[in-house]
Amino acid sequence: MSENVESEVGVPQALRRNIFTTALDAVYNWSRSSSTWPVMFGLACCAIEMVATAAARYDMSRFGMEVMRASPRQSDLMIVAGTVTKKMLPNIVRIYNQMPEPRYVIAMGACATGGGPFKDGYNVVSGIDKYIPVDVYIPGCPPTPESLMHGFMKLHQKMRSQSITNVNWYNKSYTGEVPVPILGPDVIDPREIPAMSKAVRLAREAKE
Amino acid sequence: MSGTPEAVVKKFPHWIEKMSEAIVGEEDGVWIVKPNALRAVAKYLKEKKGYDFLANVAGVDNLLHPNRKEVDRFEVVYHFYSTERGGDYIAIKARANAENPVLPSLVPIFPTADFQEREIWDLYGIKFTGHPNLRRILLWDGFFGHPMRKDYHEAYYEEEHRPYNSRYPEGHYVSQEDRTPWKNNLVFPNAFDPEHWQAPEIYYEVGQDFKNIEKLKTDRIVVNIGPQHPSTHGVLRMIVGLEGETVTGLELELGYLHRNHEKIGERNTYLMNIPFTDRLDYITSMTNNFGYVLAVEKLMPKVVVPERAEYLRVIMAELTRAMNHLFAIGFLLNDMGAFYTPSLYAIEERELILDLFEMASGSRMMCNYMRFGGVAHDVDENWVKLAIELVHNRLPRALDEMEALLTTNEIMLARTKNVGYLSPKDAIAYGTSGPVLRGSGVPYDIRKAEPYSIYDRFDFDLITEEGGDVYARYMMRIREARESVRILKQALRDLPGGPVMGKPLPYMVKIPANEAYTHIEAPKGELGFYIVSDGTPNPYRYHVRAPSFVNLNSLATMAVGHKIADAIIILGSIDIVLGEVDR
Amino acid sequence: MFGSGILKGLGVTLKHITTSYLDDVKSIPTRYAGGNTIIRQPMNEEGLFTIQYPEERRVLPERFRYVPMLIYDAETGKDRCTACGICAKVCPAQCIWIVRDQNPDGKPIPESREFYVDIATCMGCGLCAEFCPFDSIKMNHDYELSTFKRYPDLVYDKEMLSVPTTYYAQLYPQAWAEEQERARQKAEAKQKRAEAAAARAKAKEAAAKKAAQIKAAAQKQSSTDV
Ligand code: SF4
Ligand code: SF4
Repeated sequence: MSENVESEVGVPQALRRNIFTTALDAVYNWSRSSSTWPVMFGLACCAIEMVATAAARYDMSRFGMEVMRASPRQSDLMIVAGTVTKKMLPNIVRIYNQMPEPRYVIAMGACATGGGPFKDGYNVVSGIDKYIPVDVYIPGCPPTPESLMHGFMKLHQKMRSQSITNVNWYNKSYTGEVPVPILGPDVIDPREIPAMSKAVRLAREAKE
Repeated sequence: MSGTPEAVVKKFPHWIEKMSEAIVGEEDGVWIVKPNALRAVAKYLKEKKGYDFLANVAGVDNLLHPNRKEVDRFEVVYHFYSTERGGDYIAIKARANAENPVLPSLVPIFPTADFQEREIWDLYGIKFTGHPNLRRILLWDGFFGHPMRKDYHEAYYEEEHRPYNSRYPEGHYVSQEDRTPWKNNLVFPNAFDPEHWQAPEIYYEVGQDFKNIEKLKTDRIVVNIGPQHPSTHGVLRMIVGLEGETVTGLELELGYLHRNHEKIGERNTYLMNIPFTDRLDYITSMTNNFGYVLAVEKLMPKVVVPERAEYLRVIMAELTRAMNHLFAIGFLLNDMGAFYTPSLYAIEERELILDLFEMASGSRMMCNYMRFGGVAHDVDENWVKLAIELVHNRLPRALDEMEALLTTNEIMLARTKNVGYLSPKDAIAYGTSGPVLRGSGVPYDIRKAEPYSIYDRFDFDLITEEGGDVYARYMMRIREARESVRILKQALRDLPGGPVMGKPLPYMVKIPANEAYTHIEAPKGELGFYIVSDGTPNPYRYHVRAPSFVNLNSLATMAVGHKIADAIIILGSIDIVLGEVDR
Repeated sequence: MFGSGILKGLGVTLKHITTSYLDDVKSIPTRYAGGNTIIRQPMNEEGLFTIQYPEERRVLPERFRYVPMLIYDAETGKDRCTACGICAKVCPAQCIWIVRDQNPDGKPIPESREFYVDIATCMGCGLCAEFCPFDSIKMNHDYELSTFKRYPDLVYDKEMLSVPTTYYAQLYPQAWAEEQERARQKAEAKQKRAEAAAARAKAKEAAAKKAAQIKAAAQKQSSTDV
């Protein structure tokens, strides 16, 4: 029967699902993007500009973001605002792991994006994207509140382009967890331990 | 400089005789002291000569210094001031050999040496015998190497000094990552195998000290606060021993924002360091610039700063101070649970001051405004008009409003009075400075004790508060901001015309081999720069004596015996900025 | 009286609430009409303090700096940059990379072939602009630079960095006027110099002519003498 109706009206099944999901997506994305709660967590100078963005003059609440949560469990967005040092890195990755999906990461400022002016330093991670996935990069040192908000709008743009049908966080097998780096003689990324050990073994064998 | 030996000899003719066995020689105005006599000399300076304030302790690695090839590789320099008399410093240094660098610790005489000696152990690997807790402070236990040593190379090491040759004229872009084996900023010891690696155990000594605390019948627990915590002002970590809710011990874990300021600073040219100093205490970038350019100008005797530039420097520094104090009060109240309202009001004023900074220098926060021999840009009529409007009407009103909101507020009084008491004696011993020191009733303000720039021309009061508690520090800040407004009024009234820069210096200046320590009264306390030059365009040693870092020495003493919620506001009342604590 | 301090404080907050509320009421509907307004907040701004980016923007002062830009002449299309490399040497973050161009026989010429600024490390300090002797690198005011990708989006090449002089004149009206003034003075001085040189040449010529005449006359005289 339904097939008949369909052929009569001329809307193919696939498209019909599409209309439904487009509407659903619109609602889903609208609600997500207008209440993106950031983690209340700042690292360095950029955090002060983030605070300024939250304060009266720029007022992040116009984007539905004023609820800065100190607990990562209740937030959707992590603004990595400032220099990521090696000593802080495991904590950041832990915070990221504790955030529920869907979670987003903004790398605010030159430091979080690519190490910034301190890139050469022995205790500085040259870009948080080496360890956790980043959605929006905001260059500048520090980004002015306006450019941070421009980053928010970029993030909203990204959110709106996602569809509930293919986002991966409803997938059972998906965790998105990032292994927490270990502070050894330097930062050890657990994902690279086999490769490192192998290199050492090979070198030793070559010597023998 | 009155710190030079001749001046000292003139001042204390018997000094030399008394100490002749201890002193080996003199170099660039610093006495070289035998390591085993170090404590005796320090004690003598403190007890007999009134040099009670150990401002700065810095390590130096002499490995590459052209004039110090013959001497022992490591040395530690100590700068002493007198809080009573004011005036210039007396500096002594002791040397340690390369194989087994050990020196006696000064902590028993000057508790302020605690963090600074730990920093030297961490970054230079110099051991201090008799130090109560010689752990790494900025890096983590287990880190490979001592990075401030001159032969330590970072993963992205290109050349000893900037500018790097790879940038020009054949500057084909290669990211630093692509040049390193792990495609990342990592250095591992040779043949390091992570599968067979064991993390070292770390033991925090908290909860030991309960002499003055009456025992409760509760469990003793250790609570970890930070590094991600809304009231640690950034990424500070406190490990607190608790008996019930009472703090029995407190240990700090720093370094979560250790950005290698000094290592990078030694690779940089003198000029390149100016924008880096902006990022030390990122709330008060103007005063950081100020301190740094004064420090370098001290080593460049020929540079003359025009009058207008001197006034502009003072104007910017005092605007910064007023802004910083408002900001600090706002966030102190945040810690107390007055969520956001006071800090929102404070940030409003801050935004307007930042507007002025932006007009003058181009950036809101990272001003990069001062240069050797002047300031980078002039300000126009309109700017001065706006500044006068701000200083005469807006800021006094904002301070009144802040006081109306807080000063007599009963909740505020209940939370802050008699909390976090620091006695004047302790305040000096722990090397605190700025509002913390003066909040304990010690009248020591570098602007008065050793006037730099043109501070001797202004009429302002040295503010002290007798309370020594959190409330006293709050009042200090309000009253000091009012004094800043007073200075600003005078400076804006007298602002002369003329150029803001003498003969512009080239982008690379060579500075003859020398060394000096220069300090200014930054909003948070004594900000000092210790610079050793070796005749090249790059500083040989560049050390920052950060007020927040040294002030933190006193936190444990203040917090023990109080409730844990008070520990948080005591931390807030010190007013730290992590960029400066960890550098 | 216990509690009077709290009441006083509440009075302050109440004042803030009412002023901003009244401000808001007054500014309806213009404030919410959208569009693109540029705002300059006065120093005694009270009440409604918010700038509603992106509909409203703050006035940026001329010296505002964000990331560098390279200026080329809008008329001739020629870069001002002569590849002297000073900006690369002065840059504290060492994020400027320049390849100097060569002519076919391998001699360096004052032009850059490649020019990169790694925006992901640039600290926006403005030293490059301050020390450029040719006024060819300046700080851009454009702060809306966020992207989804770091590589290659945030390594700006010459194309991304280049802006015409017209754009520069718009951003930096004061500096541009000064620059024009300096150029004009320079041209004037040059002309003056040229004129003076011409006059001198003329005088010389006249003098030479005269000398020749005298000489000829003298010669004539001497020949008659003979
Ligand atoms: S990008 Fe600049 S402002 Fe931001 S944290 Fe890094 S140094 Fe500070
Ligand atoms: S603004 Fe500063 S960091 Fe950026 S390119 Fe110019 S000199 Fe380098």
